[in-house]
Amino acid sequence: MEPLLAAFALVFEPKTLWVMLGASLFGLFVGAVPGLTATMATALLVPVTFFMPPITAVAAIVTATAMAIFSGDVPGCLLRMPGTPASAAYTDEAYAMARKGQAELALGAGLVFSAIGGLFGTAVLIVSAPALADFALRFSSFEYFWLVLLGLTCAIVITSERPLKGIVALLLGLLVACVGLGNPAGHPRFTFGSTELMGGIGMIPMMIGMFAVSEILRYAADSGKRFDVDEQPIGNVFRGMWALAVKYPKQILRGSALGTLVGALPGAGADIAAWMSYAISKKTSTEPEKFGTGHVEGIVESGAANNSALAGAWIPALVFGIPGDSITAIVIGVLYMKNMNPGPTLFTQNPQNIYAVYLLFILANLIMIPLGFLCIRVAKKILKVPREILMPVILLFCIVGTFAINNTVFDVGVMLVAGVIAWILEENGFPVAPAILGVVLGTMLEENFITSMIKSDGSLAAFFSRPVAATLGALTLAAWFLPPAIRRLKRAAGA
Amino acid sequence: MKLNDAVIGAILVVLGLAVVVHVQGFPRIPGQTVGPGLFPGLIAAGLAVCGALLIASGIRHRAAQPWFVAGAWSRTVRGVASVAAVIVAIAAYVLLGDALGFVVVAPAILVGLFVVFGVRPLHAAGLAVVASLVIWYVFYKLLRVPLPWGVLKNHAF
Repeated sequence: MEPLLAAFALVFEPKTLWVMLGASLFGLFVGAVPGLTATMATALLVPVTFFMPPITAVAAIVTATAMAIFSGDVPGCLLRMPGTPASAAYTDEAYAMARKGQAELALGAGLVFSAIGGLFGTAVLIVSAPALADFALRFSSFEYFWLVLLGLTCAIVITSERPLKGIVALLLGLLVACVGLGNPAGHPRFTFGSTELMGGIGMIPMMIGMFAVSEILRYAADSGKRFDVDEQPIGNVFRGMWALAVKYPKQILRGSALGTLVGALPGAGADIAAWMSYAISKKTSTEPEKFGTGHVEGIVESGAANNSALAGAWIPALVFGIPGDSITAIVIGVLYMKNMNPGPTLFTQNPQNIYAVYLLFILANLIMIPLGFLCIRVAKKILKVPREILMPVILLFCIVGTFAINNTVFDVGVMLVAGVIAWILEENGFPVAPAILGVVLGTMLEENFITSMIKSDGSLAAFFSRPVAATLGALTLAAWFLPPAIRRLKRAAGA
Repeated sequence: MKLNDAVIGAILVVLGLAVVVHVQGFPRIPGQTVGPGLFPGLIAAGLAVCGALLIASGIRHRAAQPWFVAGAWSRTVRGVASVAAVIVAIAAYVLLGDALGFVVVAPAILVGLFVVFGVRPLHAAGLAVVASLVIWYVFYKLLRVPLPWGVLKNHAF
């Protein structure tokens, strides 16, 4: 009971609440501007959270991302341009509804069921994370090695159309993680005599580069595009929501559950959750022919899914230090900076911090409803903010924010290189998420691999000697070899 | 900017092999089978293999995939200028930030980007000064980040 009270004190402190309010407005704004993503919102927040106490920092990120994923629906509905990739799945649907004069219904469904999905994901986080942490306390290096490898494998299997390109991205990320002294032997690798590279390539500058600078480059590359805001008035968005909840309870539940699961799988986040949910909704609907013509059912389900994925992603991030999506990849970096190292011991040693995270999630999803309502009200003004002014200001913010982490321009250089590489990779169909996971998990994978190798005296059989390790190992190998085998069988059967 | 898979594959093969060769020089730990070179060596070998596979697929799809397709942006002066401006702006801060100081470099970067992105010059100048000062105030005064003064060292405020 005591840790719970301590958590309440941490969360309901005036400073934290003010930060949450500020982060909400920031998140709503970033989400609503096409071209700025929830991940970018997180990356931009990091330099500021750097100067906050741990729980306040987490509060800023949790609220900003929840709001951004919702408000990404707004330009989707009004401009047919998703504010964040997580809204892309049902942008056409929402726009078609707006065309039919049902913009209120589409936006209202996005808002209300986002909040419900978010709360569902939070409930799963609250129930499952401590149980998993309890289980994980008994893990040795063998289990962790397989767990990380399984996570990385999932990231490739789920996120890439072409697994080969996903693997390349992942390996590049892992290679970047090798730079510096941070390896079991303490040998300076790939530093080429540079003292700055001794400590490794900074994770935060790299992420700001990959998620913010690359977006600015993408904007610069097609800055000719203009868009017009639909000028019809938006009425009461809450009208008809209860009727929807009564009509589609199964869809809401299924979207939330699938979203949480996809979020918890490493590498796949809110965007993939929304695509999958929308597809399932269409497949199982009694009126699939209405999908795409301005039908609310798919928005209800996938709107719930993308917000529940946010909370789901925190489960592996907090318990194992394995990020569930690119947002939590950044969060893990922040947690380490704040001495809140993720892992099962976080649950036993500082339970008040974990309870505070739960509370933050609940609070963020609740205040989303009134603030989201306000956001819809002023949406048309937000959409008119000139991006040719916004983007340079964001770029300057990135430069200063990156500099602020270590007070060195070397990091700004890292940001530039990471941004350009991420931009080129994405242009050529290489997914960025596996690369980020590789960078975040490289050290952990190597440490557990080397420790296991030393313990087993170089014998690979030892990696399967403990029951849990053997199971995780078998799952990993299955994830590697089953999909290609099935594809081959299918092709053989078809031929 | 789209490259044929084979081009990227070739880059990866070279990178992978270079790393594999480089890690041979890493020290071995006496009495142990694993050293600091093992893990990066395995990754680099993997990259080289993936690179070879990409070369194969690139050559197979050669008809549909030219070696190099420049992005649509590279066909207009404005597109090239916009992309270059972003890269030059960051590089300029890295190279000149410490020497000239934030208060000089930041507004210059912003004016440049604004103008390239199509903001009217007079507008751009005003906005650049205001935006730079707001960011400067937040980071230097509120968050106490030691942004460089550069040439204005003796006139710090």
